Amino acid sequence: MTDERPPAANGAAPGPPLLSVRSLRAYYQMRYFGIVREVRAVDDITLHVNRNEIYGLAGESSCGKTSFIKTIAAANRPPLNVIGGSVRFSFLDRDIFGLSEEELSRVRWKHLSYIMQGSMNVLNPVRRIRKSFLDFAFRHIGRPEREFFDIVERHLDRLHLSPAILKAYPHELSGGMRQRVTIALATICRPEFIVADEPTTALDVVVQKGVLAMIREVQQEIGSSILFVTHDMTVHANMADRLGIMYAGRLVEEAPTREIFANPLHPYTAHLIQSLPRIGDLSPKRALPGAPPNLSAPPPGCRFHPRCPLAMDICRRENPALTTLGPGHRVACFAASPEVRPTSGESDAPARAPALASPLEMRQ
Amino acid sequence: MSADLLAVDRVTKSYAFGGLFGRGAFNAVDDVSFTLDTARPEIFTIVGESGSGKTTLARMVLNLIAPTSGAIRYRGTELATVRGARARMDFMRHVQPIFQNPFEAFNPLKSVDRYLFMTARRFTDARTTAAIEACTDAALQKVGLSLAEVKGRFPHELSGGQLQRTAIARALIPGPALIIADEPVSMVDASLRISIVNLFKTLRDDLRVSIIYITHDLATAYYISDRIIIMQKGRVVESGAARAVLDNPRHPYSILLKDSVLSLETIGEGILGAARAGRQQRPRHGESVA
Repeated sequence: MTDERPPAANGAAPGPPLLSVRSLRAYYQMRYFGIVREVRAVDDITLHVNRNEIYGLAGESSCGKTSFIKTIAAANRPPLNVIGGSVRFSFLDRDIFGLSEEELSRVRWKHLSYIMQGSMNVLNPVRRIRKSFLDFAFRHIGRPEREFFDIVERHLDRLHLSPAILKAYPHELSGGMRQRVTIALATICRPEFIVADEPTTALDVVVQKGVLAMIREVQQEIGSSILFVTHDMTVHANMADRLGIMYAGRLVEEAPTREIFANPLHPYTAHLIQSLPRIGDLSPKRALPGAPPNLSAPPPGCRFHPRCPLAMDICRRENPALTTLGPGHRVACFAASPEVRPTSGESDAPARAPALASPLEMRQ
Repeated sequence: MSADLLAVDRVTKSYAFGGLFGRGAFNAVDDVSFTLDTARPEIFTIVGESGSGKTTLARMVLNLIAPTSGAIRYRGTELATVRGARARMDFMRHVQPIFQNPFEAFNPLKSVDRYLFMTARRFTDARTTAAIEACTDAALQKVGLSLAEVKGRFPHELSGGQLQRTAIARALIPGPALIIADEPVSMVDASLRISIVNLFKTLRDDLRVSIIYITHDLATAYYISDRIIIMQKGRVVESGAARAVLDNPRHPYSILLKDSVLSLETIGEGILGAARAGRQQRPRHGESVA
């Protein structure tokens, strides 16, 4: 809400952003015996992804990263419901939530694709790789089968995979190869927008570096934008053009990657960067006390305040709005600058039925 | 020999493959030796890519599988001679595992505390419920949790970090002298990773537990380990004091491993900067603020 235009720092992207998300809210809403419980997984997120850019999204598990991805791809299923906000892709003439199932399936893979997390489990184990390509891309490419496989083979070659793997079953390939196959699947239709959900978490370091370089290479070649989600800050440091940090369902900081590593303004970001172990550095690293909040009963005010070393009085009452403090640098923290103001009331309302909010509390 | 806590002596594990025609053998672990000293608890790190035999080695040390040749001795007793329920239990009292993925290590249908209570009942003198709970609570306190937080909870109700710390607490209940941690932080978030890694330091310094830390993350290995061995295809290619090895790797494979670690010095361009710059003269994002 605070930043209507894409940051000026990003000179490479003329025109409107490829993806613009405005005050998106998506809650898990469950009804147990008439009691409504809400888990605010995506709470008032506004961000833009420019053309030809890798936007990194960082945050720990259960901070709402995956819910956010699902929502922007309109792949959310109840109980995850969109409460408000809009998601506009530049290749669509309207909000993605306005599309019918049929229209969505035409858009997916062709314009909007997805590199999934565990390559182990996403490829159908009883189908050869070529069948998977047929399943995913044949219809979108719309060429006769022989020509289609020519395209596939050329594309595999780009990812340094031999055409022979088309005949293989997933279990015959190594983890790195499988991950490259999923990247090939996601990029074969030359989509404008790719979501990469922890694509290298399960890989070891040597393979990881190769796979990351490959994602970047393909991205450059087909000129698409990537929303790159992972909790690993070192990966972000090397991949992302801009970086957004999520904490407990909210975007707390956003800036170009170098800026955020050089000058983190939010204490959570600062902690994430400072606690990274690195070779050649023996200084003791401190862990953040406490645990991420339960999103069905988030603390009032800033959601980070119970763990925050800089927490002030206002943090316990008011939720800081994401405020632009530098070129392309937005942050939601009262301690960062006096310019940061509370958000307008709405999202501060306590979650419904707070008494039964947490399954953990219910037991005590 | 008796001063050694653990002596791994020229251990090889080979698996046969193939059928009637073209039989072969594959050495998952090939001629590996190392020793841990009783008097000086340490964090001993085994680094290597997937398939380098790290986990096979760990399973042999845990006496879950037997080596094809060579011997593993725990306090001078060869593991091959640890037979029968009583002897095995006694061995387990001293050597405990922590596994990679806490969500897979715990049965989702069992509450987590049952594992803790079961371990306490088997391996400690506690017999009454109160004594068992006290002993469990003491172990949980060591990892920064308490029984009140864990009791009656199922694995899905705890966060990954809490669950992994519970797994570590469970391993601590018998009061082991050696913990084998197989990739304990690879499934854990960045902010929790450091708390678990710090916990290992505490275990070594305060509880004097030796830890075999298996990982492919060189950065945490550098941060906590005392000694390190680097494995490739079952063989140890380099070993020595952790910092010396990682600061100045000699073997080509160690150098490759170190080079593959994503560096923070190249923020915003990174390993991929080269690929990008060479490719086309597109203005680079994020550069204008540098």
